[in-house]
Amino acid sequence: MNSKRNPASKKPADSTKASRRRFLTTGAAAAALGAVRTATGQTSPPEAKSLTDQVAYGDRSHYVTSLRVPVDGRPSPDEFGMTFHVLAPLQDLVGIITPSSLHFIGTHRGSIVPDIDPQQHRLMIHGMVDRPLEFSMDDLKRFPSVSRVHFIECLGNHSKPEDKTVQETHGLTSCSEWTGVLLSVLLKECGVQNRASWVVSEGSEEVKGAGSIRLAKAMDDCIVAYGQNGEPIRPQQGFPLRLVVPGFEGIYNTKWLRRIKVVDRYYMTYNDYGHISKDEEVAALTFQWGPKSVITFPSGGQKLPAPGIYQLTGLAWSGGGAVRRVEVSTNGGHTWKDAEIRGAVHPKAHTRFGMDWKWDGGECVLQSRCTDELGQVQPSRAQLAAFFKVPPDHYKTHGVQGSDNMIQPWRVAGDGSVHNAI
Amino acid sequence: MRFSPLLPALILCACGATWAQSPTYGVGRTPTPEEMRAEDITISPDGKNLPPGKGTAKEGAAIYAQKCAMCHGANGSGGLAPMLIKPETPVKSSTPCLEPCIGPGSVMALHAPYATVIWDYINRGMPFRQEGSLKPAEVYSLTAFLLYKNGVIQEEEVLAQTTLPQVKMPNRDGYAIPDWKPGMPRPFPNGH
Repeated sequence: MNSKRNPASKKPADSTKASRRRFLTTGAAAAALGAVRTATGQTSPPEAKSLTDQVAYGDRSHYVTSLRVPVDGRPSPDEFGMTFHVLAPLQDLVGIITPSSLHFIGTHRGSIVPDIDPQQHRLMIHGMVDRPLEFSMDDLKRFPSVSRVHFIECLGNHSKPEDKTVQETHGLTSCSEWTGVLLSVLLKECGVQNRASWVVSEGSEEVKGAGSIRLAKAMDDCIVAYGQNGEPIRPQQGFPLRLVVPGFEGIYNTKWLRRIKVVDRYYMTYNDYGHISKDEEVAALTFQWGPKSVITFPSGGQKLPAPGIYQLTGLAWSGGGAVRRVEVSTNGGHTWKDAEIRGAVHPKAHTRFGMDWKWDGGECVLQSRCTDELGQVQPSRAQLAAFFKVPPDHYKTHGVQGSDNMIQPWRVAGDGSVHNAI
Repeated sequence: MRFSPLLPALILCACGATWAQSPTYGVGRTPTPEEMRAEDITISPDGKNLPPGKGTAKEGAAIYAQKCAMCHGANGSGGLAPMLIKPETPVKSSTPCLEPCIGPGSVMALHAPYATVIWDYINRGMPFRQEGSLKPAEVYSLTAFLLYKNGVIQEEEVLAQTTLPQVKMPNRDGYAIPDWKPGMPRPFPNGH
């Protein structure tokens, strides 16, 4: 039943071994290239990559050691060679773009990242269309391109009391400039039939993960993307082709995109059914991300060396559109002050905010609150609890229905150490 | 920007009229019906696109033991892979719950509103490392086995192209399909 024609989706029979080997090799390479901390705490330069190699493809400084980490310490890749959920180091990032190599990873059930030859890769669009079409990568580049900055965030991006750093509380969101063809352009080329109402997109990985979105979203702003941050999308992010569904939860952003079927109802695939709820409000909360923000400095696990002036900074974003306002409270939510937006504001994209902040050396609680262009305001835990008619402390110990866009408090202790204060 | 309440409807009407227009670029290749059939593994909740074939829980039990039990556990729980059969007494899974979360509360046979969801996933994604290798009859049998073991159907029921979509799933009415339109806020109280 599965693709017999598309050699791009085939894996070598020993790819578990191959992938383990790759992991071992990569692990060794990372150790060789990264800064090596000796027993005395001295950082020594790594074994140098040849100057020719450095000129051909530059590396970051060996003094920069920011890394992704797996969610909840679950090994990734695991013993099967599958990649699970891996967190982006938001505390180390500046501006709004997440470097592609540090973009969070989420995969449908855990996947072995497929090795796809772009020359062989095809995208088929069929179902309720007048003209089913199959596109090669070269074909797709004959359509007008768009380049747009959008975040992608996993539904699993929940802040839990045991999470210590902003990487752990919020690291399943990342932001890139995505380049590709608007899905609406391709769908118009195929001629969508009148009774169509949903599309099902499918990836090329071994499980061929599939997800359903409403046709209205498909025709609005979805991108069939082949570029990320100025280069081809990286394999962990869907090389050579990914569906970007701006503002919607991560799982809809199908990686390794191979097929789009236009249909007349909600198909409720495996990827969809994990999100279903009988409660219409909860169900709606699992489509589009609400307004969200988090302070990345000072944030959990960091330490202020002494009282004095600092640049408080963080990221804000919303699936509803552009960020219109970010407010910051430095006294546990008693008063709020507008932060500055520092840099470009794109719809459905990470937006950098910041403000001068003078720490007086006392204990305090820092939090930020985002308002988007639709007028939606980021809720507190107590507001969400009131909405769902549960006790105010409910979300300290329970997962939230739908997506978690609640305000994140950080407590600065008298010694300058910063802690998760949900 | 303020939207008139009618504007989304007007935009939808306008788009509806233009979606079916003739091709603008003339780029891309027309796949043959055979090629589309070979690629199309997407099964509708109403059973559309299910291939011919049939199977029972008894046949499924043998296939499960051979191809599934090593990851999902001999009794469908407690293995490395997600729980498939809700145990009478809770079993701690060795895997932490990640989205889509498959714990006792979301065992496919109990949580999926349609039996096609199970058929589609087994067919496309199982068994691990041999995805797509199961014949339709094996997928019908495995679906019947999981439904039987979770108390949804009787052991002797035959699942096939026509009967599988008819299975009355326990969570058939357990979902809402929220509307979505461009510029629509989430159903959450707004304001300070």
